[in-house]
Amino acid sequence: MAEEDDDLILADLSDDELVPQMGDDLYDGLKDEVAEGVNILLERGWTPYRILTEALVSGMTVVGNDFRDGILFVPEVLQAANAMKAGMAILKPLLAETGAPRMGKMVIGTVKGDIHDIGKNLVAMMMEGAGFDVIDLGINTDVDEYLGALEKEQPDILGMSALLTTTMPYMKIVIDTMAEKGIRDDYIVLVGGAPLNEEFGRAIGADAYCRDAAVAVETAKAFVARKHNRMTAG
Amino acid sequence: MIVPIDGRLARNGLPAAGNARTLVIACGALAHEITALKRLNGWSHLDLACLPAIWHNHPERIVPGVEEAVRHHRTAYDTVLVAYGDCGTGGKLAQTCATLGVEMIAAPHCYAFYEGADRFAAHPEEIAAFYLTDFLARQFDAFVWRPLGLDRCPELVQSYFGNYEKLVYLAQTRDRALNARARDCATRLGLTYERRLTGYGDLPAFLAPRD
Ligand code: B12
Repeated sequence: MAEEDDDLILADLSDDELVPQMGDDLYDGLKDEVAEGVNILLERGWTPYRILTEALVSGMTVVGNDFRDGILFVPEVLQAANAMKAGMAILKPLLAETGAPRMGKMVIGTVKGDIHDIGKNLVAMMMEGAGFDVIDLGINTDVDEYLGALEKEQPDILGMSALLTTTMPYMKIVIDTMAEKGIRDDYIVLVGGAPLNEEFGRAIGADAYCRDAAVAVETAKAFVARKHNRMTAG
Repeated sequence: MIVPIDGRLARNGLPAAGNARTLVIACGALAHEITALKRLNGWSHLDLACLPAIWHNHPERIVPGVEEAVRHHRTAYDTVLVAYGDCGTGGKLAQTCATLGVEMIAAPHCYAFYEGADRFAAHPEEIAAFYLTDFLARQFDAFVWRPLGLDRCPELVQSYFGNYEKLVYLAQTRDRALNARARDCATRLGLTYERRLTGYGDLPAFLAPRD
């Protein structure tokens, strides 16, 4: 009932009730409520990492799945992402202090000529949620900016996003330039965006095309684990 | 002039009349313009069938939709043309049309072919521009404002358009009312306004009889 919902006092809920409620609030894009939930769990002694994974990332995964299945469209995803961002803003400074596990580092940007950034931002946020440090180069990123960031940040992963058919080919320019400079194999290259597909990812020499943010996180984890294994073996 | 047909076309498309040699299967966003060109040029060779313009927001529906329409109609016509740009299908629509042996417009989207695909490609620096056409100026609420949820949450304007600077209205016709509408859209999005009279660009040459 709408009336009951309005009267809902989050602080009165047990942990078992509060976490699913936060999932619902995230789904509905209620950023103040999500932030309040995060603060309550912190007061109850939850570690920031546990709040991030069990309350925020899990909720956002549902949103991502429903977007993939056509149940939600862009505005709902955007609102949910904004709500998650509000929760993350509280947790981010605390994560480092509390020794949350670090998975690796990613540099990400939307390619030159393209200023679509909703999908890229979502991927960046879910990667952060999974414990990656993310350096976001923003939109309209040219090859020099990508290469400069790789040199400066020394990430494990380079992520590129494109939503326009006319800007997708730019990803190949970046990868070819990396190859020319002999640094292609120093990084895991992930690409994404609605008009891309697996075949395109392979054709331009990326390590993987990822359909959505959840796949991006899984793929990134798998590649980073493989890279570490190779390093310890070598 | 506002033609009511647009709203219906958005969702349902338009069936072919079935009495010409050439059929053009088009995005519903082009129906009004193709009908106008037919009338202006007296093109009796041309029939029009439209698919729902709202697929623009779900490009994954375009390729299967066009393919089905081509297969459904092709036996009744000598020639079938596909009046779509790539429209975010990542090259798949062009591949499908080539496989089916039908011609489509060589352009990424309608903004490009209205301006002229070559001319559009020649201003890559115009990156922070959001384009409207006559269709979008008429149907701004149904195709931009509401699908993006801006009716419910106007504050999302910043998330969508924060990186944009100007709205460019690529005008197919000289129409003061549409110009005023487009200017109002720019205000609502917080963008500066520019109008560029393009006419129908590459579209007439694509549709004209070729014997
Ligand atoms: C929302 C939207 C906009 C918004 C963008 C707001 C913003 N800040 O980004 C607005 C309205 C401003 C806009 C503008 C334009 N758009 Co637009 N837009 C869309 C729309 C409807 C949805 C895109 C989106 O945000 N999806 C939601 C997110 C969550 O999904 P996603 O981006 O696919 O990302 C997911 C995955 O792809 C993946 N992913 C994405 N990036 C990455 C990166 C990595 C590394 C990985 C691993 C994964 C990954 O994970 C993400 C999360 O799950 C699409 C159509 C569509 N349904 O795709 C058209 C679309 C992309 N736009 C299009 C066009 C033409 C334009 C304009 C030119 C239109 C105009 N009138 O001017 C301008 C472009 C200007 C420019 N220079 O870039 C066309 C492209 C056509 C083509 N030939 O390529 C499309 C396909 C619509 C169409 N059919 O015509 N657009």
